[in-house]
Amino acid sequence: MIRYLLLLVVALVATPALSHKASDAYLTLERGGTSLRGQWDIALRDLDNAIGLDANGDGDITWGEVRARHADIAAYALQRLAISSGGERCALSPTAHSIDTHTDGTYAVMAFSGKCPVAGPTLAIDYRLFEGLDPQHRGLLNLIEHGASRSVVFSADSPQRIVGGDTSGPWAQFATYLNEGVRHIWAGFDHILFLLSLLLPAVLVREHGRWRTGDSFRAAFVEVAKVVTAFTVAHSITLTLAALSIVVLPSRLVESGIALSVVLAALNNLYPVLANGRWIAAFGFGLLHGFGFAGALHDLGLPAGSLALSLFGFNLGVEAGQLAIVAAFLPLAFLLRSTWAYRRMLFAGGSVAIAAIAAVWLVERAFDMPLFDALAAGI
Amino acid sequence: MSRRWIVLALLFATAVGATAAPYVPRDDAVVLERLPEKGDPALAQLKRMRAALAARPDDLAIAIPVARKALEAARTLGDPRFLGQAQAALAPWWTADAVPAAALLLRATLKQSHHDFDGSLKDLDRLLTDQPASAQALLTRATVLGVQGRYADARRDCSALNGRVAPIVFLGCDAGPASLSGAAADAYESLALELATLRGGADLREWALTLAAEIAERRGDFVAAEKHFRDALDIDPRDAYLKGAYADFLLDRNRPQDVLPLLANDVSNDSLLLRLALAEQRVPAARNTFAAHRAELAARFDAARRRGDSLHRREEARFRLDIENDPQAALALARANWGVQREPADLRILVDAARAADDAAALDIATQWLASTRMENVAVATVATVRK
Repeated sequence: MIRYLLLLVVALVATPALSHKASDAYLTLERGGTSLRGQWDIALRDLDNAIGLDANGDGDITWGEVRARHADIAAYALQRLAISSGGERCALSPTAHSIDTHTDGTYAVMAFSGKCPVAGPTLAIDYRLFEGLDPQHRGLLNLIEHGASRSVVFSADSPQRIVGGDTSGPWAQFATYLNEGVRHIWAGFDHILFLLSLLLPAVLVREHGRWRTGDSFRAAFVEVAKVVTAFTVAHSITLTLAALSIVVLPSRLVESGIALSVVLAALNNLYPVLANGRWIAAFGFGLLHGFGFAGALHDLGLPAGSLALSLFGFNLGVEAGQLAIVAAFLPLAFLLRSTWAYRRMLFAGGSVAIAAIAAVWLVERAFDMPLFDALAAGI
Repeated sequence: MSRRWIVLALLFATAVGATAAPYVPRDDAVVLERLPEKGDPALAQLKRMRAALAARPDDLAIAIPVARKALEAARTLGDPRFLGQAQAALAPWWTADAVPAAALLLRATLKQSHHDFDGSLKDLDRLLTDQPASAQALLTRATVLGVQGRYADARRDCSALNGRVAPIVFLGCDAGPASLSGAAADAYESLALELATLRGGADLREWALTLAAEIAERRGDFVAAEKHFRDALDIDPRDAYLKGAYADFLLDRNRPQDVLPLLANDVSNDSLLLRLALAEQRVPAARNTFAAHRAELAARFDAARRRGDSLHRREEARFRLDIENDPQAALALARANWGVQREPADLRILVDAARAADDAAALDIATQWLASTRMENVAVATVATVRK
């Protein structure tokens, strides 16, 4: 017992005598568009610890023993490195193996290449080398793009990082996120249908329990401006709060809520509850849509170095995309407002169709059931 | 080619190797790495135990001996990779609140090794709330408190050990904090008296001798200090902590030529390589190896910094001050280090760097610490009180 006591005490006292360093691996990544080139230096000692390199058990690791295990080394390492671009996983494959020396010993050097389905503005990297085997292991990443490099350290406490996107200069980066914002609102049917549901009645007037054709373009314009402004202000608030991780909601709740908002907005045209205060609905539900935008932005990743600029660019892109839709909608709707086609087909029929589609989304998202896919498969 | 030149060539190859391009060895038989368990049965056993643990990671009865053995290996070899292995063995109990006492104790010890002193003390406080009489926990907490310079608290824990453990353990526990807070003469006398009659227990004897040597050195009794250092080295000539302390003693006595043979085979240990380089710097005949060792140390500190390591600040401060002749950088490191740990060696580098950088504020920190603790430390007192 006393002997054991002593060993621990001395272990404490002896900390200053630590030699070498703890386990590190050196990862270099070079990115251009959708292609990646990488080099990963991993200590032979650590690899032996994980997958056993010393085949004959003599305590020496020879080049022959390493060479025989190159495929296993590549498989082991690459299974523990996930690189995603624009929310989609890049495929990594080893290209060459060699050897190098660092201050604490000999390292296996693996060169690899990668292909990403999408050229997103950033890379999301999930680094799990030696997870569970050595919590003190660090992955030292050197990312090279646009001729500039930056370093990032991965550890057991922070295995996931968003990197890159901030070496291209502020304006190029701003433009990238602006573009992504526009793309997102145009590709996001739920946001467009919500906005359309609120805008369809803007060229009409509710009087004595009935809809009638609006008289002035000015009144219609003011109505549209109120709805769009309320929606914009609301979703900008929550997009910012969520992107900065100040408020975080579960994505299933957000997505289901957005579907519900579309159902209610469409039903409000058929059975008006808020006939002349639609901007209130635009604001209230807009808060929810902001969380949805933030989810998309999260997949893209925000570069840590210039978070505000990218967030602003993305938000501005969303607004620009939305204004383009409004600019196309308003003159057309105003021209057609007194026709049967507008009143019956677009306004009434459209609202019914939107409510129906959104109801299916709601069930899909709330209960995680892919109804549209099932229907498509049936056809 | 003489053997010395071969060694020298290898050293340069290592230093340059850190930045050299990757290569493909020509021959399958080339040995690339020597595993630490080669020729070390204890480490080979640890490797087998870890394999058994991998099959049953939640088995506390396997995890505890693995963590303990890995911790011992980290200490004897000075190799922090074993600290990572120890932590991995404790993974199921690393973040939990309700943890078995044995796992909690090892967790506290590991946190201390990573300089997470507050986390370590929190675990030890909890352990001692449940088991106030745990001798091991008291001893460990006293050590952590001592490293933080909380000598009165450390002595309170040591005194709780009196009668529960062998007298040498109680005396050794108390001697450190007592000697640093105005009771060095008494602490030394008690320790020396106990050592004179101590039977058996080579490990305990070596530990107590090292403590006695350090106290005697701080009190200025260099003859006694050297005798204790040498007696301790006779018991374990490989103890890295002891060798480092003795090398510092020799450097302070201006005997660098005695350091060279002591540390000739310890170049893989950062702390000992630093002492070796400090000695070589002062011996003209060792100029060539000094240049290689200086480059190697710079590369190692750089590698540690890249991974975000702050465990080497004390050593790096000394490297910046005495080898790179950069007092400002040394002082910044020494001050940051002093904010975390307050052992005599931390005070020493603080006062040395402050003196070299001519920084009155930093010198005041040191002199006030000496006064408030009533610490007897001739080396520090000399530097701190002599005005230029």
